[in-house]
Amino acid sequence: MPEGIITIAYILSGALFILSLRGLSHQETAQKGNFYGMLGMLIAIVATFLTGNKSTLWILIAVMLAGGGIGLVLARRVAMTGMPELIAILHSFVGASAVLVGIVSHMEVETKIGSELIINQIEIALGVFIGAYTFTGSIIAFLKLRGSISGNPLTFHFRHQLNFIMVLAAFICGFWFVSAYQQQLLALLAVTIIAGVLGILMIMAIGGADMPVVVSMLNSYSGWAAAAAGFMLSNNLLIITGALVGSSGAILSYIMCRGMNRSFISVIAGGFGVDEGKLEVTEKYENGDTVQSTSNEETAEMLRNAKQIIVVPGYGMAVAQAQFIVHEITDNLRNRNINVKFAIHPVAGRLPGHMNVLLAEANLPYDIVFEMDEINSQFKNTDVVLVIGANDIVNPGALDDENSPIYGMPVLEVWNAKTVIALKRSMATGYSGVGNPLYKRENTWMLFGDAKETLNKVSVLLK
Amino acid sequence: MIIGVVKEIHHGERRVAMAPSVVKQCIKTGHSVLVEHGAGVIANFTDEQYKDAGAQILKKAENVWKRAEIILKIRPPIDNLETGKHEADFLHKDSCLICMLNPGRNPKLLEKLAKTGGTAIAVDAIPRISRAQSMDVLSSMANISGYRAVTEAAHNFGRLFTGQITAAGKIPPAKVLVIGAGVAGLSAIGCAQSLGAIVRAFDTRTSVKQEVISMGAEFLEIDYKEDGTGSGGYGKKMSKAFIESEMNLIAEQAKEVNIIITTAAIPGEKSPILITKEMVESMIPGSIIVDLAAEGGGNCEMTKPGEFHLYKKVIIIGFTDLPSRLPTQASQLYSNNTAKLIQHLCREGNLILDLNDEITGAITVVHNGNVIWDPLKQSSQAQKPIQSNRQEISIDKPAKAKSTKNTINTIWPKLSMLTMIIALGVLIGFEGSSILISHLTVFVLACFVGYMVIWNVTPSLHTPLMSVTNAISGIIVIGGMINLSEDQILLPSIAVLIATINIVGGFLVTHRMLGMFRK
Repeated sequence: MPEGIITIAYILSGALFILSLRGLSHQETAQKGNFYGMLGMLIAIVATFLTGNKSTLWILIAVMLAGGGIGLVLARRVAMTGMPELIAILHSFVGASAVLVGIVSHMEVETKIGSELIINQIEIALGVFIGAYTFTGSIIAFLKLRGSISGNPLTFHFRHQLNFIMVLAAFICGFWFVSAYQQQLLALLAVTIIAGVLGILMIMAIGGADMPVVVSMLNSYSGWAAAAAGFMLSNNLLIITGALVGSSGAILSYIMCRGMNRSFISVIAGGFGVDEGKLEVTEKYENGDTVQSTSNEETAEMLRNAKQIIVVPGYGMAVAQAQFIVHEITDNLRNRNINVKFAIHPVAGRLPGHMNVLLAEANLPYDIVFEMDEINSQFKNTDVVLVIGANDIVNPGALDDENSPIYGMPVLEVWNAKTVIALKRSMATGYSGVGNPLYKRENTWMLFGDAKETLNKVSVLLK
Repeated sequence: MIIGVVKEIHHGERRVAMAPSVVKQCIKTGHSVLVEHGAGVIANFTDEQYKDAGAQILKKAENVWKRAEIILKIRPPIDNLETGKHEADFLHKDSCLICMLNPGRNPKLLEKLAKTGGTAIAVDAIPRISRAQSMDVLSSMANISGYRAVTEAAHNFGRLFTGQITAAGKIPPAKVLVIGAGVAGLSAIGCAQSLGAIVRAFDTRTSVKQEVISMGAEFLEIDYKEDGTGSGGYGKKMSKAFIESEMNLIAEQAKEVNIIITTAAIPGEKSPILITKEMVESMIPGSIIVDLAAEGGGNCEMTKPGEFHLYKKVIIIGFTDLPSRLPTQASQLYSNNTAKLIQHLCREGNLILDLNDEITGAITVVHNGNVIWDPLKQSSQAQKPIQSNRQEISIDKPAKAKSTKNTINTIWPKLSMLTMIIALGVLIGFEGSSILISHLTVFVLACFVGYMVIWNVTPSLHTPLMSVTNAISGIIVIGGMINLSEDQILLPSIAVLIATINIVGGFLVTHRMLGMFRK
């Protein structure tokens, strides 16, 4: 098989990947975009097959069938609420692959000499570093999202100094790897281990509320890891694809950060959720103010009598798996000619766009689902806002309380509506650990209990 | 605590101080409730309903007064004409009366209550602060008054409120002018509006303009600039020049509108005259004036407090018992308010009056036999601006804070990034091989393509985007495939395996997700 054909095939699949991302920009073309992606991948794999070593072909086929089977099962089994975890663990796979590819590339017989060799070594060290960081970081993110380890940020003194020292150490090991003629593998492994530990420490320090940023950041890193592998293997397709994914993840992280009004640096530096302002805030709102609670009956009544209702879903809806019953209630209300809309905050949930996916899973038409900027001005014409398991994204303290750790974060201004009904398990604070003065407002009514159970009852009452 | 509810003996009073649903709540929170026989009958609450709610029914009012630790009433205590006994005399050392007392105007009654050694709380003295809103009976009663004022007018009005075009001809909509946009005024606006009338409203406080408009009425303004925001959410007295132009405006409107509802009351003072005899005479025959300020003499010169009368073809309604004319609803709201108040006053089941508390201090007018009502304190408390209700959130402030923070945060990283990139560029330019440079070209261009493409993605597709990019980044499988040779089997195989999981899992899950989105 001539080299030229392979290159053409790679160009083709690179173009298909770009088309795929482009297709994903709108609901109408998204499905097509996904197919472009699959097609691109297929072309790339087949082309690589054809150049491959014939004697190892059967191993490849066996391994890929096994991998494909596992992937199939994973994709079938995962619940939409488990999407963040799945994506996090898949990122770790990319990281791990990058590490393995880097190490193997190094172990292969080198034909390069001089500056080319050095550059290749640098590329390998870099690829392995990013890969290992992505691998362990994604595993921690996965565990945090699953709730296997606490979502609270793990912080300690001299954390930043320690991280800095580790980066320095990795750099030194990298230098050792590039310059030394012996024990290079050892140096490479040292880089891998340091990067891995660094990944654990960094992600451990990031609070649960920042998980959307972390996941998209790791997405970005997995792309850069692939690009680095492309450099070391001199493979343009890997470079293109890695760069596409890397920049995509970076933009998503940027969008998420903007959604929380926080700088990217402050998010990855971690430690959010333990700010000193926290105590003051909670005390400030706890002096004698009480919250008013309401019943299922009253909620049903209020919903029935409203002209316009906006539903604000949060992570709580995902946890309670309440999206289906929300859809049922929405249908019921829409049949009564009540205008029902959904307001989605950019960082609602644990993944960018998480809420949209859940609502789509419940088969909710997406043209009644609105972004924050589109809908914020509409709250004042709204009779009832139903907040389902959302906390920080509807916190008025973000706008008017300078002591609040989330001060300055754009939020859904639900309190402008006539009535706010907030579904919540208890009065516990949200993921960021910040008290929410919304609940103490006079037009806010709390409806305590598990979102799914409560809404089931409300739905029955509405019938 | 034992809570007692007695029947109102004031002539024409239909309300009752506690509705059965609230009785139930109180019993749930650990109180017990005594209700006088027939206390809620006129408000359509039967003894059975009270019994079902868990209350004990007592035949005689005296017994309720004797046994209850908290007595709930609506009107101030008066002489019982049948038995000849004054209600205040039933109060005793260990009991606490909660009702409307109008303490500013009833010093003698306060003395009388103090003599019994008991405690009295005036619910109509609740300060108008956010925290106390759920206990504010004046607001809830004003809300009902405003509503009832419109229905009273509609009842006596010879035409429809709403405009229609029918086969039998055109029906013009009624024009309603509401003077004073407080709670009652706004409620009247809402009610008249929903009946289909054209509603105009006037208030000396320009701050209420937004609220008037939000209720669907037109806000009338006069040229003269003066803001009438007074203390405690009420209006204040205005300058002479202002009043003159105000009167002109009302006179103009009077000739045109069918219904005028006035709500301009200044607490503890005589209501200002806003509608003169001449204005009444200028109105269209069949027009109606409902004067909600009748208690303080009325806003209309011709109002007779408590009465309904006809003056030269104009009906003037001066009822002072409008809330009582909707007894079921009024009782319900009144009891909700007092229930909140009791909740505020009771700690762990006992009545504890913390006179330093802003609310408790203001409403406790007689404490253990001493009159402690202090009108000065009341007004000083009310003087605090009542803006806490509606917080104007300044948009400038966070934006400013953000921009200053940004300049510090962004300049240095940007600058150092730029130097690094230039240094790297120079280094690669001199040292790098042509292969590296061509790779770099591809890399940088691909980054920009990614950047351009991703910005267009709608936020709702962020999750599918992420899973598709995740699948695509499984392209690293190619690295593993290239690596795989007879010497190197294990590690590349693992790389290929997990990368394949990634590819297949990522694409399929995206497919599944996208299948869910529908229009």
